[in-house]
Amino acid sequence: MSDMSNRKPETGAFFPRDRSWHPPAYTPGYKTSVLRSPQKALLSLDGTLSEITGPVFGHSILGELDNDLIHNFARAGESAIGERIIVHGRVLDERARPVPGALLEFWQANAGGRYRHKKESYLAPLDPNFGGCGRAITGEDGTYAFRTVKPGPYPWPNGVNDWRPAHIHFSVFGHGFAQRLITQMYFEGDPMIWKCPIIATIPDRAAIEQLIAPLDWGNTIPMDARAYKFDIVLRGRRSTLFENRLEGN
Amino acid sequence: MVQSLDTLKETPSQTAGPYVHIGLTPNFCDIAGVYQNDLGTAMVNDNTLGQRITVTGQVFDGTGTPMKDVLIEIWQADAAGLYNSPSEMRGSADPNFTGWGRSAADGTTGDYRFETIKPGRVPFRDGRKMAPHISFWIVARGINLGLNTRMYFADETAANAEDPVLARIEHRIRVPTLIAEGDGKTYRFDIHLQGEKETVFFDI
Ligand SMILES: [Fe+3]
Repeated sequence: MSDMSNRKPETGAFFPRDRSWHPPAYTPGYKTSVLRSPQKALLSLDGTLSEITGPVFGHSILGELDNDLIHNFARAGESAIGERIIVHGRVLDERARPVPGALLEFWQANAGGRYRHKKESYLAPLDPNFGGCGRAITGEDGTYAFRTVKPGPYPWPNGVNDWRPAHIHFSVFGHGFAQRLITQMYFEGDPMIWKCPIIATIPDRAAIEQLIAPLDWGNTIPMDARAYKFDIVLRGRRSTLFENRLEGN
Repeated sequence: MVQSLDTLKETPSQTAGPYVHIGLTPNFCDIAGVYQNDLGTAMVNDNTLGQRITVTGQVFDGTGTPMKDVLIEIWQADAAGLYNSPSEMRGSADPNFTGWGRSAADGTTGDYRFETIKPGRVPFRDGRKMAPHISFWIVARGINLGLNTRMYFADETAANAEDPVLARIEHRIRVPTLIAEGDGKTYRFDIHLQGEKETVFFDI
C-alpha cells in the first residue's frame, strides 16, 4: 500500500472496452476456442466499485532476480542458454498517462522453443538453467524492464503444421480489476507472425502491430544484450468531474 | 495538435495459453525456487474479520467437460463491504484481508478453490446496495479475452432480490447461473462457457 500513498486515488469508471480491437471469443482457426467461447451476449455494466477498485502489489514482493530470467532459475555461476535480450517499455492507460505500480508477470519458452511444463511435448530440450517466468512492477513513470533469452518458435497441435512465432506472454495488473489483461509480445521482423492462427484471432492488422516489439538499437548494451521495446496500454478512466458521486465518496 | 484527444488503443488481448501456470503459479507447476510463494494463494490470515468460507467449483466447456487448465482470479470486498484498494474512498478495509485470490484448477479434476470470507455489501453507482458478490476473471487456453462474471450467494435471497446488477438480466432463467449454493461454509460455483446453463458473462 505504501507505494501508492502519495498518489491521487483513481475513482473513475473505465472507458468501455473496444471489443472490436480484441479477438472475438469464437475463432475457429484457433480450434480450442470453438468449445470455450461463450455464445450468448455479454451483460454490459458501467463500472461499479467492484470493477473500479483493484489490488495493489508493492515492490516488497519482488526478489532480486525476479526480472532476470537468465539467472532466476540458473545454478550459481551459470546462466540460461540463448540470445540475451532486454525487454523494456512503459505501461500507459488509454489517456496516455503512465500507470505506476502495475504488476507485470511474464512467461516464455526457452531458446529452443521448449516450455518447462509437464504438458509440454515438443522434442526440443529443456535448458537446466532456464525456468521461464519473471515479474516486475512499473516505476512512477510507468516503466519496466527485464532480462531474458529470446524464446524460440515452437510447433503446436492445431492445424497439421502450425507454429507459434517467438513470443513472451505478459499478464498485467493495473489499478482496477476491470483493467486485468493477458497478452503476448512478438518480435519485429519475424515472418512467422503472419502465419500464426492465434495472432490471426485479432481482426485488425493495426492491433496486431501493437503487439510487435521493435528492436531498440539505442538501448542495446554492447557486447551483452540487444533491447526490444514493448509499451502496454491498459484501459483508461473517465474523469470524475461531473459524475454522480458514489455513496460515501 | 492542441485539440487532439490523445487517446491510445488498449493493448489487444491474447489467450493465456496452456502454460499460463508457468507465469502466474510457478510453484503450482513445479517451478520451485523462483518465487517464495505463488501470488494470491492466501487471502486471509488468523486475524481476518468475517465469516470464513470456501468457494469451489469447476469450469465446463461446451461439451460439459471440466477444464483442467483454467486459471481463475477473484476480487471481493471485506466483511464490512470495503475493498482493499487505493481507489476505495469510503474507509479503510480490513488490513488482514487482501480481497484478491488466484487459483489454478486441479490438473486431474478441474476443481478450483478459494479460502476466503463472505463479503459485505457494496453500493452500486447510485448508492443502492448490491448483494454480497465476488468478481471472477477466467483465463485459459482457447479463451481469447479473459471472461468476467460475478458469484452471488444463494442464502442472500432478500439482498439478491434487490441487487441492481442481477435486476439487469433480461432472461430471468439465467439469473441462477450467477448464484452459488452453499451451507454457510462451502459454496459451489460452477461456470459453464456454453450451452443451456451458460453463465452470464459481463462486459465491464
Ligand atoms: Fe506460448
